[in-house]
This record gives sequence, structure tokens and C-alpha cells, in this order.
Amino acid sequence: MKSPALIFLGAFLVNNIVLMRFLGLCPFFGVSSTVETATGMGMAVIFVMTLAAWITWVVFNAVLLPLNLVFLRTAVFILTIASLVQLVEMFLKKSYRALYNALGIYLPLITTNCAILGVTFLNIDNKFSFIDGTVFAIGTGVGFTLVIITFAAIRERLDLAPINPSLRGYPISFIAASLMALAFLGFSGLFGLT
Amino acid sequence: MSRLSIFTRGLIKDNAVFVLMIGLCPALATSSTVRDGFGMGLAATFVVVCSNLLISILRKNIPNEVRIPIFILIISTFVTIIDYMMQAFQPELYRALGVFVPLIVVNCMILGRAEAFASKRSVLDSVLDGLGTGLGFTLALTIMGTIREILGNGTFLGMTVFGEAFKNSPVIFMIMSPGAFLVIGILKALINKYVKKEL
Repeated sequence: MKSPALIFLGAFLVNNIVLMRFLGLCPFFGVSSTVETATGMGMAVIFVMTLAAWITWVVFNAVLLPLNLVFLRTAVFILTIASLVQLVEMFLKKSYRALYNALGIYLPLITTNCAILGVTFLNIDNKFSFIDGTVFAIGTGVGFTLVIITFAAIRERLDLAPINPSLRGYPISFIAASLMALAFLGFSGLFGLT
Repeated sequence: MSRLSIFTRGLIKDNAVFVLMIGLCPALATSSTVRDGFGMGLAATFVVVCSNLLISILRKNIPNEVRIPIFILIISTFVTIIDYMMQAFQPELYRALGVFVPLIVVNCMILGRAEAFASKRSVLDSVLDGLGTGLGFTLALTIMGTIREILGNGTFLGMTVFGEAFKNSPVIFMIMSPGAFLVIGILKALINKYVKKEL
């Protein structure tokens, strides 16, 4: 049994969700053109990922397992997350206007973010307890935020750099991401985590 | 639009991975070997063809306001089917693909075809469109898998390519995550330089 601190570090650095697990690449390339939007997206992901981990853990262990409906996992999780995001959006709009203004536009995009659904599946596959699942979700979200903000900073510089025209845009972004992933490979084996 | 052009649109002209840059997560994650990339591509093809078929049959009965949740339900049904089929008949491949099999459900390529094509067009056209899109995805994943497996492991489908010396010390980072980003970056740059104008 791994301690929560190790689970956090594993999700945050060693098995970084974007660079090592390849989840959440759409927002990683789509919303990383400036540091500001990347920060907003990162915060929204941490928030929704934690909520989604809680709610799917409860749904899986309290409803699907006792009723022997595990095969419905995929359908139930995606619908749960989609309605959760809608609810959060309406709730923030009514009650926490400032937070809504900061995260609002990113929330609809998150429904189809495979990182969120991926984390809920990994929680189940790893048989995490409620606490471990929460720590895992927060660590993953923080890891996503770290990487997307760093990447946005790199892309702001790339916009000004003299680059061969056929490499402009996506290709050079992929190559920059490749170098970042190479740097993150250095974390593998840290604290005995693989 | 002729039937042939419906098919080739998804296969080449609007290839999901190389041209539209969608469905990137499975494309990068499962293309470390030819077998994994090809298997993932066929699984996604099955889902997109079946969901296009069913959505196109039901297109007149799906209320417009709740169409997206219904599309997602239909897609997740077929994802569950392929998930369990693969677990039963290809357990080794299933273990290699891991969480990416259930995650086919959030592949925006599939929902995109349901929304943009199958919900408006005839059954035969929708199946052709799904087949073209799915095989285009398979083609992209197989190309990436070929490059990465040959350079990163010295093999193609498990057969040694450049001889034992290369196989014992290959460019190992190509089958790891940086290699995936590098290969798709360079392929995209080559497409921008040589192909794009003709499309």
C-alpha cells in the first residue's frame, strides 16, 4: 500500500498525466497559447477532477458494485461527469460569480477532456480508497496545471522565434512538448516510483 | 458528393490525426508498436462505424435538444462492447492499451462524425464515412507505430529489421513518451511542407 504522499508525487511528477500518460492533450495544445488562459484551464481541471473523482468513486462503490452493473461503467461515468460539469457551471454562475468569471468558459470544454474520465478509470483500476483517490486526482490536476503553464510560457516565446515556416504552429509545439517529456523522464524512478 | 469522396475524405483529405489533429491522446499513447497502434485503430473504427450506423438509422427519432447525450450513450454502448470483446479475445493487446480502450468514448473524432455527418445523412453514406474516418485513424496510428517500433525497438511486428546489433541498442526513447511527440511533430512538419498545398 502506497502512502498518500507517494501517490501525490507519483501523479504529479513521475507519471505526469500529459507528458507520460498522454491524457488531456486537446486542452494541452488547444488552450496553451497564453499563460493566462493556461492558468484558468489548469485551475478548472483541478477543481472538476477532484469533484469527478469523488462522485464517480461513490457511484461505482455504492451503486455499480453492489448491483453487479460494472459493465455500465463507461456509460455511467461519462454521463455523470457531463451532468456534474453542467451542475457546477450553474451553481458557480448563481453563487460564486467571481469564480465563474475566472473558470466559466473552460468548464464546458472539460466535459470531453479525456484526462478527467481517465483519472476516474485509473482510480477504479488501481482500487484506490476514497482518500487515496482524492489525493491521486489532486496530484494529477496539479501536474496538469504545472505542465500546461510551463508549456504556455514556452509557446509565448516560440511565437517570437524565427522558425522555419513548415514547422510553425503544431509541429514546433510537438517538438517542444517532446523535449519537456524528455525532461520529465528524469523523474522516473524518483522515490522508487515507476 | 460521390460515395468514393465520402470514403476518402476521412481516410486522407481530413485525416483525423495528421490533418485535423484530433484524437491525439490515443494516437500518441498507443503507437509505441505497430500491433498496439493497429489494434487501437481497428477498435476505434468499429466504434465509429457502428455508432454512425445506429445514429443515422435513428436520426429522425432523436430529439434535437438532447441529441448530444444520446450520441454519447450510443457511442459508449459500442465502446463497452469492444472493451469486453477485446478483454475476451485479445487479452494481451487489451493489457497493452489499458485505459485507452474505455477512453475511446471521449475521442472527439467519433462524436464529431456523429454530429456533423451521421445525424443528417443516409445510412449507407454514414457507414462509408465512418469507415473512411476510422481507417484513416488506423492508417495514422500504424504509420506512427511503424516508425517508433523500428527506431525504438529495432523490430517491425516483432521481426528484427536492422539486425541484432541495432536491436540490442536501439533509439530507446522513440518508444517512450518523448518519441511520440517528436514523431508526430516531424510528420506534421513534412505534411505541411510537401502535401498540404495539393489537398
